[in-house]
Amino acid sequence: MNDLFSFDDYGALLGLVHNSLLAAALLGVVGGLVGVFVQMRDMQFAVHGISELSFAGAAGALLLGVNVSLGSVLGSVLAGALIGVLGIRARDRNSVIGVLMPFGLGLGVLFLALYEGRAANKFGLLTGQIVSVDTVQLGWLVSVSVVVLAGLAVIWRPLTFISADPEVAAARGLPSGLLSLMFTLLLALAVSLAVQVVGALLVLSLLVTPAAAAFRVTASPVLAPLLSAAFAVVSAVGGILLALGGTIPISPFVTTISFAIYVVCRIISARRTRRGWGSRATPAAAPVPVAVP
Amino acid sequence: MTPVVYSGPMDALREPVLQASRAGISFGDRVLWSDLDLDLAPGEFVAVLGPNGAGKSTLLKAALGQQRLTAGELTVAGRPPGRGSRAVGYVPQQKSMDAATPLRARDLVGLGLDGHRWGLGRRSAADRLRVADALDAVGATGYADAPIGLLSGGEQQRVRIAQALATDPEVLLCDEPLLSLDLGHQRAVSAIIDRRRREHGTGVVFVTHEINPVLDLVDRVLYIAGGQHRLGTPAEVLTSETLSDLYGTPVDVVTVRGRLVVVGTPDSAAGPCEHHDPPKPERRSPARAAVGADR
Repeated sequence: MNDLFSFDDYGALLGLVHNSLLAAALLGVVGGLVGVFVQMRDMQFAVHGISELSFAGAAGALLLGVNVSLGSVLGSVLAGALIGVLGIRARDRNSVIGVLMPFGLGLGVLFLALYEGRAANKFGLLTGQIVSVDTVQLGWLVSVSVVVLAGLAVIWRPLTFISADPEVAAARGLPSGLLSLMFTLLLALAVSLAVQVVGALLVLSLLVTPAAAAFRVTASPVLAPLLSAAFAVVSAVGGILLALGGTIPISPFVTTISFAIYVVCRIISARRTRRGWGSRATPAAAPVPVAVP
Repeated sequence: MTPVVYSGPMDALREPVLQASRAGISFGDRVLWSDLDLDLAPGEFVAVLGPNGAGKSTLLKAALGQQRLTAGELTVAGRPPGRGSRAVGYVPQQKSMDAATPLRARDLVGLGLDGHRWGLGRRSAADRLRVADALDAVGATGYADAPIGLLSGGEQQRVRIAQALATDPEVLLCDEPLLSLDLGHQRAVSAIIDRRRREHGTGVVFVTHEINPVLDLVDRVLYIAGGQHRLGTPAEVLTSETLSDLYGTPVDVVTVRGRLVVVGTPDSAAGPCEHHDPPKPERRSPARAAVGADR
């Protein structure tokens, strides 16, 4: 165990990774908030599909020797646009994603096979490379995050309406096609951020798990996003802090923390459900026991 | 049982809240309905009946501006069917919502009020009060803060009606609002709609495949079948003679144990068309099962 963990020079290490910590915190906020709508709109599979194309974009950029972040964003946005335009309906969406995903992954593998640089760069695209976040990259992450957060803030309420209650929202004249497309593009940007930090394979741990956990313990439309963002920040930042002391990469720590939070939330929700979550504040009459089939 | 026919609301002299003149929709050569003339008076309750696929829901879609007429004209609250008018309330079919939807009953009603506005969605005090009033009017205050996904079907439909009425619309469009509710909830939900139209003069268009729960409440019936329709009081329309004429084949309207049943329609080889489905047990999440129903 001593080979794996050593916290002797922890303070010095912390100084070296403060960029990464900032990036992780930011990603947590973005991932947690975007995740709320991923969950409400059942788009977990889309997250996975977009991340594979984002990986292909990043791998392509690595091969060509251009900015990897840019490649990742391009791949993501292309995937997001295709999914948004071709897959308005949920069924179409899943089949479009199922078709795009292996193609993207295959392209990415091809680009990496052709790439002759450092092996760590290749591996990082799939499983994360957050420790290496430099100041230039941080600037990029911050700008993309600001775009995603601002975009979400603008469409938050109508997006909530069409996601939770599509029929009535359409009857009230909300432009559901436009809102879906806008969200898919914001999602694509968020995924490309996450790909650069936790890697294409583990994106779900920051864009899906925290919101899924939050939804287990609250139905408040204010508390759910706050909790989701908090869970994602704790997972991402906590993952780095734990990984600093050892030789294991960061990703398993991030995914494990995020999973552990989810398990705890499930336990809380199961206990609450047994005690009757949603029980009436002022029952109109004495509660009538209902036979459970 | 003789259906009670109301003489019409007192403010029937005001402008109709929904007006169709020679309106029709056809897809290619298939005529859904045509030459529909309907003036819905304020406070009037019109039930739209007919077999599946007759175009009942399409009529609502036309009134919501989601479906263009292929003939004639339609105005809703004095305007062409504009999408998103606050003067129109819409109650969809009951569908169970995902148990993990992060909204409470109160929030769903609030979205009916301001869900179309951009931004983060901080609700004004006046709007919060309207939401509370709307919930109170349908008797849903007791579960206003319960997660929407954990409500029973009947509770959800009450919340939906509160949502549709929160903007104080002139017209309420309901698409099978009683479907999959048990008898008790069918009565409760119909009574809420009936009270609303009497007290506020809201015109009601109520699409249903089952007339019996609202037979005593409706002013007129619009019966659509096979591209044709008949409009009139229940006593005029729901007769063997009228429906036989409409379907072009002998059809019997009989009363069985106080329920009106239409027998022998062509689309129902197995028997009655307007049969009453036995009340299905409502879907309940384990959480709801433990706390009991609202009675």
